[in-house]
Amino acid sequence: MQQTFAVGIGGAAGQGVATPGDIFAKIFSRRGLHLNAYNAYQSIIRGGHTFLTIRTGPGKVTNMGDGTDLLIPLNQDSMDRHLKLLTAGAACIYNADTVKAGSPADGVQLCPLPVSVLADITRNKVAQNTLAIGAGLHMMGIGFSALEEVLREQFKKKGDAVVAENIGVARAGYDYAAAHFTPFPNALPKTEHRYAILSGNVAMAMGGAAAGVKFYCAYPMSPSTGVLHWMAAHARKAGIMVRQVEDEIGVINMAIGAAHAGVRAMCATSGGGFALMSEGLGMSAMIETPVVVINCQRAGPSTGVPTKTEQGDLWQMLGAAFGDYPRVIAAPLDIGDCFKLIPEIFNLADRFQCPGLVLCDLLLSEGRLSVEPQELDFSPPIDRGELITTNGDVGTNGDYKRYKITASGISPRAIPGVAGHIHTVATDEHMEDGVLISDEFTNPVQRRAMMEKRMRKVTGIEAAVPAPALMGPRNADVTLIGWGSTKGVIEEACEILNSQGISANQLQIRWLVPLHGEAILEILRDSRHSIVVENNYSGQFARYLRSETSFVPDGHIRKYDGEPFMPHHIVEAVKEQLVGKTHLSVPMHEIMV
Amino acid sequence: MATGTQRANQLTMADMKGRVDPDWCPGCGDFGVLAAVQKALIELQIPNHNVVTISGIGCSSNFPGYMNTYGMHTLHGRALAVATGLKLANHGLTVLVTGGDGDGFGIGGNHFVHSMRRNVDLLYVVMDNQIYGLTTGQTSPTSRVGMKTKSMPFGNIEAPINPISLALAAGATFVARGYSGEQKHLTELIKQGIEHPGFSFLDVFSPCVTYNHDNTYQWFRPRVKKLEDDSAHDPTNWLTAMEKSLLWGDEIPIGKFFERTDVPTLHGAEPVLDDGPLIHLGLRVPTDAARSFVEELM
Repeated sequence: MQQTFAVGIGGAAGQGVATPGDIFAKIFSRRGLHLNAYNAYQSIIRGGHTFLTIRTGPGKVTNMGDGTDLLIPLNQDSMDRHLKLLTAGAACIYNADTVKAGSPADGVQLCPLPVSVLADITRNKVAQNTLAIGAGLHMMGIGFSALEEVLREQFKKKGDAVVAENIGVARAGYDYAAAHFTPFPNALPKTEHRYAILSGNVAMAMGGAAAGVKFYCAYPMSPSTGVLHWMAAHARKAGIMVRQVEDEIGVINMAIGAAHAGVRAMCATSGGGFALMSEGLGMSAMIETPVVVINCQRAGPSTGVPTKTEQGDLWQMLGAAFGDYPRVIAAPLDIGDCFKLIPEIFNLADRFQCPGLVLCDLLLSEGRLSVEPQELDFSPPIDRGELITTNGDVGTNGDYKRYKITASGISPRAIPGVAGHIHTVATDEHMEDGVLISDEFTNPVQRRAMMEKRMRKVTGIEAAVPAPALMGPRNADVTLIGWGSTKGVIEEACEILNSQGISANQLQIRWLVPLHGEAILEILRDSRHSIVVENNYSGQFARYLRSETSFVPDGHIRKYDGEPFMPHHIVEAVKEQLVGKTHLSVPMHEIMV
Repeated sequence: MATGTQRANQLTMADMKGRVDPDWCPGCGDFGVLAAVQKALIELQIPNHNVVTISGIGCSSNFPGYMNTYGMHTLHGRALAVATGLKLANHGLTVLVTGGDGDGFGIGGNHFVHSMRRNVDLLYVVMDNQIYGLTTGQTSPTSRVGMKTKSMPFGNIEAPINPISLALAAGATFVARGYSGEQKHLTELIKQGIEHPGFSFLDVFSPCVTYNHDNTYQWFRPRVKKLEDDSAHDPTNWLTAMEKSLLWGDEIPIGKFFERTDVPTLHGAEPVLDDGPLIHLGLRVPTDAARSFVEELM
């Protein structure tokens, strides 16, 4: 079990929780430490309660963890919510002028800062934040120069006076802690590594740029909007056309229009927007124009809890748009994978001329992770499939059949503007040359042939997508099955279980369609006790797995309160299930955020 | 919308014919619109493979299949959104969007308004028959008050949309109305619309001989009056164009209501396209840009 350190900063929205978070993140990453950050917040611009957890350590930090080592409550509300959750060894730094500490557990160090004595609060409204950062860093055993460097960068646009002012305040906090507070027993380590810190949304946007996306469009919707923001800010440098559209129906149709012209086109939304896009997905499948759509899930149904995470859209994805058609659905496993997956899914969508769907969620979209910069590879393989972009030898019209019936089901795709390949694509059922069969003379033979042509692509997609693999010991006491964003937390839960004498392994699903049911069954056949872990009410993946493989797991761990799993939720649930107490555990999220 | 400089050699009507013949009812106004569009393209001599005809769903949306151009028969109401994406991805193409009043003003109303304010460079031809035809005769957004249909058997009580006023208000830079029964006039409007740099809106009275027994050829013929015959009409004057757009009754103006060419097109205003159509840009992000994207995160 690796050593990690978690800082929790709580306050009202607009109170400046993000800035100390950014400063800590920068300092940790520059020390060569990994980190994972998760911000619990509400749909409010000012007020409410925001709680940012930044967990750091020398090894990979895959999730928010179980506890807080250093709590910085910026207001009374945050103190009241979080102090009681601290355990021995933790500390709490707070503004002694405005916040009263309750009675913490034994071994929790209270660190009151006399803010009005240490700083001129009439001049510096966020002095308490800066003082707390300084004090905290001293307690973590980090030299002041690291903070000075970051503050200089942070405030350089505001001029030397502001820089000096902030460094002075930070120094006062740092020195006050040296004189009055007990440092944590282990100073934060330092390594020679350097990591990039990014959110899943930034990762997916960058992954799109790396994949050769030339057209991105979106309608703002939490928690997907970060993709739009990155795209818009970097569009000119990356050579990407970015458009904000009137609604998600317009988004998907505009993206398909651009894709039809021959560029790679992508869009991102959340469940509600995705619902509006579903008819468009059917068009992509029917006219065989590839498009990639990202759904960053939030807690539903309907407007739901817009700022909270859930894995509740799986069946919406599986059933999006009417009729049968080939599609690819993948759920990135972590923030690094958010980047890597996009070029992969574009290659599949292009090769098989069908929609590629990415099922992300708020936890990854808005969480932050340290990633090796080399993992952000801007030269991934690009396979545009059978795309006709020049006239070649074809001189006349009439020979080219856009929907030519082939063994693979893939018909070479000519883009508009290429002489000798004129054709009309249609959302109506059509013949090989694109002419409709739906209107004047419907034709069961042709319809069947076209249906089978399109669906034959599924075989090719299956062969192109790897089957999932088991992580951990083969003959474990328990096998935890998860999909997408829960990879990290399940991994840590397995480590904890193994350290406590319960051997555990993990099967994490990245490719949802195609699922590779046979391979999954092969893995699960050996499992002694299988439990599906997922962030939704009804066990959407468990039901899907059953529908595809007839496999019924021994138990379920589900969470649908809007917050992500913490490792102990899974560990405790596994234990109660292994002793036969229940088959369904729904852990209580003890942090009120 | 503007055409490319490239011209085709001697296109004829035979070159414009699609793979199948129209399956519209005999006497449908859409035949006249199809012929006028084909004639306009021949007169402009734009190579067929550089033209994309895009439609939604409905009787008139079968249009692309009857043309020998690249075509997209998309979803009900979504043609303009698809066309916007396609035009932005390859602005070297000439884009025609065709459809009906239900498709454009009903289910597609949102995209209609926004495409106009964006000044997307395309010609949008609405075959306006004031009825839903393919669904066998229901009230449309342009059906007049009192009109009896299968969905409003006791007469329509909802005020119709005025497509011309709406287009003017939404910022369309070319606004015209044609009549399927006036071939030469219609062809001229289509040519102008294709050549106009920006969003060209052309509402065409295209009578439905099967389901609309109110707004027939006999009804339109004495009423339509060409704006071009009115020497006082100034198509650069938005206010008088708006005034003219409100005329309806014994006299209904057809022709070009309004045109302005000083508004940048959507693709013209986008710096990413300074180096040419998106489709021709390299797939790879330039190395120094890619490096800077990663460095920002460190």
